[in-house]
Amino acid sequence: MNMNGGQALMKALENEGVDIMFGLPGGAILPVYDPLLDSSIRHVLVRHEQGAGHMAEGFAHATGRPGVAMVTSGPAATNIVTPLCDAYMDSVPMVVITGQVPYAAIGTDAFQECDTTGITMSVTKHNYLVTEAADIPQVIHDAFHIATTGRPGPVLVDIPKDIVDPNNPRSAMEWHTPDGHDLPGYRPNTAGDAELIRQAAKLICEAERPVLYTGGGILKSRGAKALLELAELTGIHVVTTLMNRGGFPDDHPLCLGMPGMHGNYTAVTAMQEADLLVALGARFDDRVTGKVAEFAPLAKIIHVDIDGAELGKVRQPDVAIQGDCRVVTEELVKVLREMGGGEAQPDRNQWRSRISGWQERFPLTYAHSQEDELLKPQFVLEHLRDATPDDTIVASGVGQHQMWTSQYWKFNHPYTWVNSGGLGTMGFAIPAAIGAKAGRPDRMVWAVDGDGCFQMTAQELVTAATEGFPIKVALINNSYLGMVRQWQEMFYGERYSEVYLTRDVPDYKLWAEALGCTGLRVESPEEVGPAIAQANEIDDRPVVVEFRCEAGENVFPMVPAGMSNSDVVVDPSQRDRPR
Amino acid sequence: MSPAPTGSAPTDQAPGRNSGGTTTLVVHVENKAGVLARVAGLFARRGFNIESLAVAPTASGRFSRLTIVVGVDAAPMEQVVKQLDKLVNVVDIQELNPSASVERELMMVTLRADPSVRGQILDLVRVFQATVLNVGYEEIMVSLTGSPSRVDDFEALLRPYGIVDVQRTGKVALAKLVKTAPESLAP
Ligand SMILES: Cc1ncc(C[n+]2csc(CCOP(=O)(O)OP(=O)(O)O)c2C)c(N)n1
Ligand SMILES: [Mg+2]
Repeated sequence: MNMNGGQALMKALENEGVDIMFGLPGGAILPVYDPLLDSSIRHVLVRHEQGAGHMAEGFAHATGRPGVAMVTSGPAATNIVTPLCDAYMDSVPMVVITGQVPYAAIGTDAFQECDTTGITMSVTKHNYLVTEAADIPQVIHDAFHIATTGRPGPVLVDIPKDIVDPNNPRSAMEWHTPDGHDLPGYRPNTAGDAELIRQAAKLICEAERPVLYTGGGILKSRGAKALLELAELTGIHVVTTLMNRGGFPDDHPLCLGMPGMHGNYTAVTAMQEADLLVALGARFDDRVTGKVAEFAPLAKIIHVDIDGAELGKVRQPDVAIQGDCRVVTEELVKVLREMGGGEAQPDRNQWRSRISGWQERFPLTYAHSQEDELLKPQFVLEHLRDATPDDTIVASGVGQHQMWTSQYWKFNHPYTWVNSGGLGTMGFAIPAAIGAKAGRPDRMVWAVDGDGCFQMTAQELVTAATEGFPIKVALINNSYLGMVRQWQEMFYGERYSEVYLTRDVPDYKLWAEALGCTGLRVESPEEVGPAIAQANEIDDRPVVVEFRCEAGENVFPMVPAGMSNSDVVVDPSQRDRPR
Repeated sequence: MSPAPTGSAPTDQAPGRNSGGTTTLVVHVENKAGVLARVAGLFARRGFNIESLAVAPTASGRFSRLTIVVGVDAAPMEQVVKQLDKLVNVVDIQELNPSASVERELMMVTLRADPSVRGQILDLVRVFQATVLNVGYEEIMVSLTGSPSRVDDFEALLRPYGIVDVQRTGKVALAKLVKTAPESLAP
C-alpha cells in the first residue's frame, strides 16, 4: 500500500493499540497532525509539553500500557526532557514522538533544531533518529517493544519533517507490516535461574526475621497477586516502597507499609533488624537504605530484578536472581510449596510480637490543630482517604504532601498510586492525574498537590477542563516549599532561605475558576468533610479544593539524609518511648 | 560473555584487569549511526576515562568491534559492564584477560633525524623490526606494530632524538587459541 511517512506513523501507532496520545503541534511535526485527523487515535491537546509527558506517564502508571506523547522539535523536545527522565528513573513505559528539522538540514542550526537524540540519550531506555520514511513501521514496532518489555522505560523516536511531509518526495513509501523484531543486542531475560530460586527458597525457610522488601518491579511485572501468595504462604511481612504502594494491600495484616526516609517506624526498623531481606523489584535506593553501610546490617539478601545491573549495584546480594518479578515470585511460591509450604517455615512468633510491639508504640501520628491553628495536612488526607472509594487513583506532587499522602492513604489496590519517585519532579501531580483519568475514566482520580508544585503545572487544568477529564485536586496550601523549609528548620538552624511562597497570592480559588474548574477553599476542620463531599459530586469539570494548612508542620518519622536507618527520628510525642 | 549476575562480592582481580589498573573490553555493537556516542557517553556518565578505543566493522559489516581500554578501579567496572550490556545496540561484551589474549598496537612516529643521528635510529628500527615509512632531510617517519609494551619501549628509546609527531592506534586484541588437542586426537 502506497502512503506517506506521516500516514505510516499513524498507522503504526494504531497497530500498537494506541487509542490516546498527548501532545502539541508545531512546525516540524506539523505534517503528522494532518493524518491524525483521519486516525482512530484520540489526541489530547496539552498546554505545555511537560504536561504531555507526565500525562503519558500517568496513563502508563494507571493502566500498565505504554503512554504516548507527540511534540514538535527544538523547544518542545527540550520541554519533554523532564518527563523522559522521570519515566526513566521510575521505569515507566512511554513512547515519545518528536518532530525534527528536515534530514538535510540536520546539523545546520536550522530553526527549532536541537540535537534531540543526543540530549535524551541518557534519559531514555533507547532512542531513534529515523532517516527514511520506509523505516517508520519497524522503528515504531521496536520502540513499543523496548518500552514495554524487560525493565520498562521511555523510548523516543525523532522524525525529520521531510520523511512525513506529503509534499516531499522523501516521504513516499510502501507500507509493510513489521514481522517481529531484529534486535540482536536486546534480549530481556524473564525466567529466573531455577537453582538460584531453590537457594532463595532455602534461605527463606531458614530465616527467623525475614522481610519482603517490595518495589516498583512488582507493579511493573503485574506481580501483585504472586506477592500476596508468597506473603500468605510464608507469613512473612511486606514493606512496600514508594514505588510499590498498592502492590500489596495496606489493610493486610502482613503489610508494614512504606520504608525509608519518611517510612513508618515499623517498616524501617523491621528491615534494620531483619536477618533476611527478600528484595523483589526494588533497587536499594538511598531514600530507602539511609546510610548504606549501616543498612540492614544483619540481613542476608535475596535480590530479584529483571535488570541485571541492579543486582549488586548498591548492596551485594547473597542470592541474585535476574528475572521478571512476577515469574520469579510465582516460581518461588511453587518451590516453597514443594518444600512444605507454611509448614516448612520456622516459628517466628517472637519476631511477630516484636513487630506488633513497634506498631503499637510507634504508629503514624500528628498533633491535631489547636483552636487558632490552620488545618493539619494529615487531617485533610485522612478525611480525603475515608471519603473516597477504595479504588480511587491518587496522584501526587513532590514534597511533604507526597510523603503524607503515601503515609496516610490506604492503598488496597494495585495501580492506584501515581507518583514521581526517582526523579522527584515537582509539578507531576496534575498532568499525571489527567493521564490516569484518561486511562481509567471509570475511576475517581484525585491529585494531591503542594502549593509550590501546583504553580508549576496548573495550566494543564485547562487541558482537563476542555478535554473532559474531571479530575479533583486537593491542594495542600502550606504557603511554603514545605519540604525544603523542613530541611532548613532541622538541618540549617531554622535559617529560612527562599522557601516562603505567600498564602494569598495567587488566589487559588479564582485561579481554578479561571482555568475552567470549580474552585473551593477550606480553612477549618468542619469544612473539610463537606468540601470533599461536594468535590466528589462534581463530574462535569475538574475541581480544585484549596486546603489552607499549617505552615510549620513537619513530616515524621524521618531518617536525616546520610544517617543510618537506626537513627530514625520519630514524632515529637513519641520520642521518650522505649525503642 | 554477557555479564551474568553473581552472588559473590566483586573481586579486586576480575579478568581483564592488569597491574596498571586498566581493563580491556571487547564490545560488539550494531554498526549504526550514533552507537559509538552511546558507548562513550555511558563511560563518561559513570566517570570513567577511556584510555584508548579502536573501532572497526566486523567481517559481515553488520556489527562493529570496539576494543576499549579503560583505567579503572575494580568494583565499579562490573557496574559499567552491566550498564553497557543494557544498551540496546550492544550485542556482546568480553573482558579480555591480558594473559589470555594476544594484543597488538600500531604506532607511527615522525622523528628529528639529521644525517648525523640517522644511523642510530635505523639501528633501533632494525632491532625492533620496525618499518621506515618516509625519509626527509632532517626527519624520518617509522612505524611499529607490536604488543603495547614493546611499542612503549620503542617509543621511549626514540624519544631522546626528538619526536615531532606520534600517533598510536590504541590496542586491539583477540583471545588466545586453545593449545591442547581434543581428547579424541591425543596420541
Ligand atoms: C522541579 C523541582 N524543583 C525543585 C525541587 C526541590 N523540592 C523538593 S520538594 C520541594 C517543595 C515542594 O513544595 P510544595 O509543592 O509546596 O510541597 P510541600 O513540600 O510544601 O508539601 C522542592 C522545592 C523538586 N523536587 N523538583
Ligand atoms: Mg507547600
